[in-house]
Amino acid sequence: MRAGPAARRRPAKVDAVGWWLKAFGGLVVVFFILPTLFVIPMSFGESTTFQFPPQGFTLRLYENFFTNPVWLASLGNSFIVATLTALLATTVGTAAAVALSRMEGRLARFVRTLLMVPIVAPAIVVAVAVYIAFLGWQLTGTVAGYVLAHTAIAVPYVLVSVTGALGGIDPQLLRAAASLGSPPWRAFLRVTMPLISRGVLTGAIFSFIVSFDEVVLALFLRSPVFHTMPVQMYNSVTVEIDPTISAASSLMVVATTIVFVLPQLLRGRARRR
Amino acid sequence: MTTTPETTVRDAGSARTPGGTEIRLEHVTKDFGLASPAVDDISLTIEPGEFMTFLGPSGSGKTTTLNLIAGFETLTAGTISLNGVDVSDVPPHRRNLGMLFQNYALFPHMTVAQNVAYPLRERKVDKREIARKVAEVLELVQLTGRDDHYPAQLSGGQQQRVALARAIVFEPRALLLDEPLGALDRNLRAALQTEIRRIHREVGSTFVFVTHDQEEAMSLSDRIALFNKGRIEQVGTPQQLYAEPETLFAARFLGDSNVFELGRSALDGVTWEGESWAVDPATVSPHPGVKENSAIVVRPEDVQVARSRADVPVGANALRATVRDVEYLGSYRTLLLALGEAGLPGRVRVNPLDGDYTIGDELVAWWRPRAQRVVAAA
Repeated sequence: MRAGPAARRRPAKVDAVGWWLKAFGGLVVVFFILPTLFVIPMSFGESTTFQFPPQGFTLRLYENFFTNPVWLASLGNSFIVATLTALLATTVGTAAAVALSRMEGRLARFVRTLLMVPIVAPAIVVAVAVYIAFLGWQLTGTVAGYVLAHTAIAVPYVLVSVTGALGGIDPQLLRAAASLGSPPWRAFLRVTMPLISRGVLTGAIFSFIVSFDEVVLALFLRSPVFHTMPVQMYNSVTVEIDPTISAASSLMVVATTIVFVLPQLLRGRARRR
Repeated sequence: MTTTPETTVRDAGSARTPGGTEIRLEHVTKDFGLASPAVDDISLTIEPGEFMTFLGPSGSGKTTTLNLIAGFETLTAGTISLNGVDVSDVPPHRRNLGMLFQNYALFPHMTVAQNVAYPLRERKVDKREIARKVAEVLELVQLTGRDDHYPAQLSGGQQQRVALARAIVFEPRALLLDEPLGALDRNLRAALQTEIRRIHREVGSTFVFVTHDQEEAMSLSDRIALFNKGRIEQVGTPQQLYAEPETLFAARFLGDSNVFELGRSALDGVTWEGESWAVDPATVSPHPGVKENSAIVVRPEDVQVARSRADVPVGANALRATVRDVEYLGSYRTLLLALGEAGLPGRVRVNPLDGDYTIGDELVAWWRPRAQRVVAAA
């Protein structure tokens, strides 16, 4: 029988990844990372205009950045807005996800869709609408205004990640908790929360990042006294042609990467323990 | 933690206070808005310390009734009281009832010890007291030394033991068990059945056990409430249900039966396919439906077979039977019969020493009138 020797060979892995798929994946990675690889070397260059490949090596642009109160203020503002957005969006999004997971029917589906709108709606449309509303409420150029607007676009990310986490929870666990003496809020804190903590953390990280590098809403909401880092970066290119932006960009890349990677590193260490 | 033998004994005594809680259901109804109510006007009193089993096919309302007692569902009508106190509107976390689930429902992010300590922590019990009670109850369920394991590291049987420990450690007023052995294989089931019975004896509190497995119900229960279509068909000890079924449903659900449907006929003596049979009034079910539509049921072990009419004792009820098949089951043999003209399927249990039967043998099946039971066939 011909099939004999072939059958005795080591069976091919079911999920084997072909070389072409690996190559394609590699290209995609390069495509995404490449801009970053340009910006970071440029930030150490000596030239006062944008130049690649950079000439020489200096930390002058970083010195500029960290000594210029305008840059520093915008960085601080971004951190404040992103942190508050993460807190608010995570709270609201988690609450919504938990409530929607217990509801069925048309209303629940409708509310879920409604909450997802900011993700699919064109940013500029949202920005204009928010701008007009916030002008009336005098929220433009305020921390509250930024946080509220950013929360609206960050909530869908929390909703998705927490809903996913909730899907893995056995509903009997909450009945068990009730039978053991937990009122609903205690059961939420001691059973639901620990089990969805990953989803909540993921949602919080996404919220932070969404707010931290959001530029369209921020442009509309800016004021001379209060704006965030992406707005300052935009100004530095369009108004001043300030090469400090390459240092600022590099810092943003590093900051967002840290926010993404840190929890995974911590988790990895916790698992090894 | 070290304890002297004396304290262990004394503590053991206090943790296993005899007695228990009376659970009284009055006109309990639950309507989910479907074609018929899931639970339809059930009244039942579960005695303190009793092992009561809700037995019935799926969709018969037994689990819904248990959930109503637990407080997971709200009553459409009726009341539920514990030791005379109406708890119909009390939320589950304040009913103080332990619950065991089919899928164990252990908290996956907590260790065995943390799971078992959970109800005590919720009750703000002192830390040292918690440690002592957890150790004690884990010993009771024979799981000492696994405190730091997570549920995922345990087998199904061990997980259910942890769940059992968690459900009794806070000395609940009663323990509700929702098909707790349903997910386990046969051998483990048997072992845990024994375990549950032992713990019921030692703890002495009221147990309400839901199952669709009649053997499990028979071997565990003090009394069985047989559920059918949202109502209780019959309540009684396992013996009562087996020996004195009141309805055809009860007779068929517990054990095998030979059934002769009589329809609406006089019950002082019946004729069936020309055979006239005696009826002992003591064997007529008290169920009111008997007068409308009745059936005679005879258990396979109560039916005998003879080679000819001459061998049938005087006063016995008899009819013609043809052997359809023979099942050999070790200590006994079951003949599958075609009974009477209609060839009704029947079963008879015979001793292998009583000779050989082959398929196609023409026999006479007979039984004493006292061995039969006239039940409602509605």
